[in-house]
Amino acid sequence: MRKGFGSIVLDVAFRHLAPFMILYAVYVLVHGHYGPGGGFQAGAMLGLALCLVQLVQGHDAKPKWGLGMTAGLVLACVGALIYVGIGLAAFVWSGNFLDYGVLPIAAIPAEARALGILGIESGVTLGVMGVIFVIFDLLTRDKGQGA
Amino acid sequence: MIKKATVVVLILVGLLFSYVALSLPPTGDHEAPAALHVSPRYIEKAYEETKTPNMVCAVLADYRSYDTLGETVVIVVAGIATVFILGVRRPSDEA
Repeated sequence: MRKGFGSIVLDVAFRHLAPFMILYAVYVLVHGHYGPGGGFQAGAMLGLALCLVQLVQGHDAKPKWGLGMTAGLVLACVGALIYVGIGLAAFVWSGNFLDYGVLPIAAIPAEARALGILGIESGVTLGVMGVIFVIFDLLTRDKGQGA
Repeated sequence: MIKKATVVVLILVGLLFSYVALSLPPTGDHEAPAALHVSPRYIEKAYEETKTPNMVCAVLADYRSYDTLGETVVIVVAGIATVFILGVRRPSDEA
């Protein structure tokens, strides 16, 4: 989607909408410990916020608000690597794979587990966000634009 | 002929499934085999061991984190596959 989709009305509206979508997505991610929510849902909301930016502003907008496709793919892979990295980090303190209780990030193992859960949920969020954005960007790509 | 045989086989399989479904435990039965194995331990220990009030979150991201790791990797692999399928530049697109 090289050209933007919107008029001046949409352009102004999305500038007010996008920050609240991102804020609410972060709330859903952090609130996953206490209620419905979590990494997958927050990732979907962040991904849709990025898609909205792309839809309204287009690919060639200056200044550039949204991500490129490569950046989205890199973010998705970084998210998966955060997950695996936290799992592997437990090896350093002689725990099992994905056993965050041994990480020295809190006073007692149970709180280290709560923080480890938040860490891997952040990885999931990045992964889902990147993938949703990449798929949207590829499907709305103009003919012949290439990768 | 094959169509009739298919219908007969489908009816038989449907009857078999209905017979099996009759012996399933009712919804919400706390004596069901699925609720007797590890579920009570999760319910009793989840907050104590993870300090996470949301039990679903504790099971999803701590006790069953291998499963969630697999889900995340599947999603990322799906994204990469989409790039390989849709992101190629074909010679016919240049015109």
